[in-house]
Amino acid sequence: MRFLRIFWFHRCWTRRARTPNVASMLRYALKRLISLVISLAVASVVIFAVIEVAPGDPASFMLGVNAQEDTLAALRAELGLDVSKVQRYFNWVGGMMVGDFGTSYTYRTPVSQMIADRLWVSLPLALYALTLSTAIAFPVGIYAAARRGKPGDLTVMGATQLGIAVPNFWFAMMLVLVFAINLRWFNAGGFAGWDKGLWTGLHSLTLPAIALALPQAAILARVMRSSLLDILGEDFMRTARAKGLSRRQALWRHGVRNALIPVLTIIGLQFSFLLAGSIIIEQVFYLPGLGRLVFQAISARDLIVVESVVMLLVFAVITVNFLVDLAYAAVDPRLRSRT
Amino acid sequence: MTKQTFRSFASVLAVSASLFGTQVFAKSDITIALQLEPPHLDPTSAAAQAIDSVVYTNIFEGLTRFMGDGSVVPGLAESWEISEDGKVYTFKLHDGVTFHDGTTMDAEDVKFSLDRARSEDSANAQKALFAGIENIEVVDPLTVKVTLSEPNGNFLFNLAWGDAVIVAPESIEGIKTNPVGTGAFTFGEWMQGDSITLNRNPDYWGDQPSLETATFKFISDPTAAFAAMMAEDIDVFDNFPAPENLPQFEADPRFQVLVGSTEGETILSTNNKMPPFDDIQVRQALAHAIDRQAIIDGAMFGYGTPIGTHFAPHNPAYVDLTGNSAYDPQKAAKMLADAGYADGFETTLHLPPPSYARRGGEIVAAQLAEVGITANIVNVEWAQWLESVFKGKDFGLTIVSHTEPMDIGIYARPDYYFQYDSTDFQALMDTLNSTTDPEERTRLLGEAQRLIADDYVNGYLFQLAKLGVAKAGVRGLWENAPTAAIDLTQISWSE
Repeated sequence: MRFLRIFWFHRCWTRRARTPNVASMLRYALKRLISLVISLAVASVVIFAVIEVAPGDPASFMLGVNAQEDTLAALRAELGLDVSKVQRYFNWVGGMMVGDFGTSYTYRTPVSQMIADRLWVSLPLALYALTLSTAIAFPVGIYAAARRGKPGDLTVMGATQLGIAVPNFWFAMMLVLVFAINLRWFNAGGFAGWDKGLWTGLHSLTLPAIALALPQAAILARVMRSSLLDILGEDFMRTARAKGLSRRQALWRHGVRNALIPVLTIIGLQFSFLLAGSIIIEQVFYLPGLGRLVFQAISARDLIVVESVVMLLVFAVITVNFLVDLAYAAVDPRLRSRT
Repeated sequence: MTKQTFRSFASVLAVSASLFGTQVFAKSDITIALQLEPPHLDPTSAAAQAIDSVVYTNIFEGLTRFMGDGSVVPGLAESWEISEDGKVYTFKLHDGVTFHDGTTMDAEDVKFSLDRARSEDSANAQKALFAGIENIEVVDPLTVKVTLSEPNGNFLFNLAWGDAVIVAPESIEGIKTNPVGTGAFTFGEWMQGDSITLNRNPDYWGDQPSLETATFKFISDPTAAFAAMMAEDIDVFDNFPAPENLPQFEADPRFQVLVGSTEGETILSTNNKMPPFDDIQVRQALAHAIDRQAIIDGAMFGYGTPIGTHFAPHNPAYVDLTGNSAYDPQKAAKMLADAGYADGFETTLHLPPPSYARRGGEIVAAQLAEVGITANIVNVEWAQWLESVFKGKDFGLTIVSHTEPMDIGIYARPDYYFQYDSTDFQALMDTLNSTTDPEERTRLLGEAQRLIADDYVNGYLFQLAKLGVAKAGVRGLWENAPTAAIDLTQISWSE
């Protein structure tokens, strides 16, 4: 234990000695942090303004055409809609800072609870789809790159072109037709719930995950192929072959690993798309996910839910960007001098 | 195997054989799909029909209730007496009724529920139903006396609405997420966004239902609805959203299709205060320009009954006035010319999301174009419709289905969004409200229907059909929808 501490101390000391500009790194981080806070503040104002400006009173939506004026006023008071918009904005932001996203107008349950519940469907679905798309795209992309210009490559290129062109909800409908209506291997939709077991939960997410994954896999396979082809033309690949490695050995040992960098970037982008962009798939499979929640909330004018979910997504994206910026800066000191 | 174990094994076999012998075919659970998820489960503080679909007669009951044929029968009130002047209703309650939490349902609960609905800070979407109540008196635990300010022939009907169900002060706090009523089913679980489960109430005061559990699922996408039904994931789809697929279900022996009527009068609502619609000649021309059957065929795939006034055709008091506004484009064009619009005019047509409005609106606009009227379509969300059309009265024409039962009274409200202001009609409604004699009421209702048809207040299109799809073995589903409800107490599986 003592040895470890000394070792750590030693490392810190030597590092500081080697990189005297820790201060610049800290200054850079602080600058990025301030810009993160400003971005969030601006985003919250924009989100609130845009959503509140849309016509439609949540109270009259809930009470319908026969509601009397005094009833509407009573409900507005109950929902906290009877104060000024500015006041409501600050209530909302103030609440979020302490983790309180408010209470849904329609469901009357805490928004944070609703988001958490829905994430338990949307997050596993996104991960499942990402796993599938990667599992399909890697071998297909590598296979195509290895057989460049040959019939195998052409087939893959044609198939992936189709995969990109066809929208995922069409895939979804075809999957339902074949696997739910004809073969009866899966339910046509709905989510059984994780409390019925991991397998049951995954089973009900399988068709939606495939439908989401196929177009993503098509994109990813093409990126994998072209990235690998770029690498194959590099000098170090020729060197590897010259050292006596076979084509296949060179491809696997040196090619694939280097080709992964752009592919990983795409995977990262796809994940946020899968999480936020599965609204249509959640509709087709009537899954209780985040996308469907937003969809329902918009038509019911459940403004607080829409605002909070959008804000949360913005927060996630901005925070990830912040972390990525820091990571880049740590790797490349030149970035720190720029703002 | 020892003798002992063999004997117990045999007895288990015998027991299970007897069980299977009697019960193997009687399925006791059902999965029912609705298009929309209820926002919460309190029928007394929202207009959403999905709430009533889940809870009406299942979890909550009122003093009276609707049956599937639209008749009003005793509910928690065993019987009642109406005073000579029609102002005092004395209800005798059923004995031995308990709420799901074990508390007793008595006259105090009735008073609480009705007082809550009509109170100043009430959030009841149909508060007007209770407006005539002057006083509610608890005579004894099983007797309630309700005094009205004036006679109301509709009072027992009004009490059958889902908005008038009996709730308890002990459990009112959590009613939105954990409803506690007196019904034959208790609230089980709500997986928000996915499903609601109800379980049979073993302590129910009435007959035990045949179902043990019922699960409501929410599927709004028409394609998903079709797939879920075809894959037999669900047993019943109440108000199936894809009428174009119904012939396929009809042809399939696994399913039955139920085509009934709703309380929804689908009308081409007209802004009676906005020129040129303030001219009755223009409104009449509008009525003759519309081919109802073409709209029913084109927008509803043939499902729907043409109407000529604001009244449900399945009601005994209905008068067929479709001839009053028969399709006659030449006549319409001539009437427009007579009114000074030989070159037609331009107006807006606001269309809310349901397909009867969006699809129907396209057809209406095309038909109006033939007589020279340019109707510019504006697609709106419901919230927008309520804000700009219903509240702001900023529209020329709109298509909407008025789904409240017996709502001809809205024509007596000059500030209602289509702004029909007729003292004759208002007087007629006053007379109707104070009349309790059924025959006289029927006559007055007929007169009211004629009056609004002759004034061409709105374009009367069709009565919205109720299109249900169910597995062939399901019995006891309501064919018509006198109110939004899925009466689980009547549902069973055939052998």
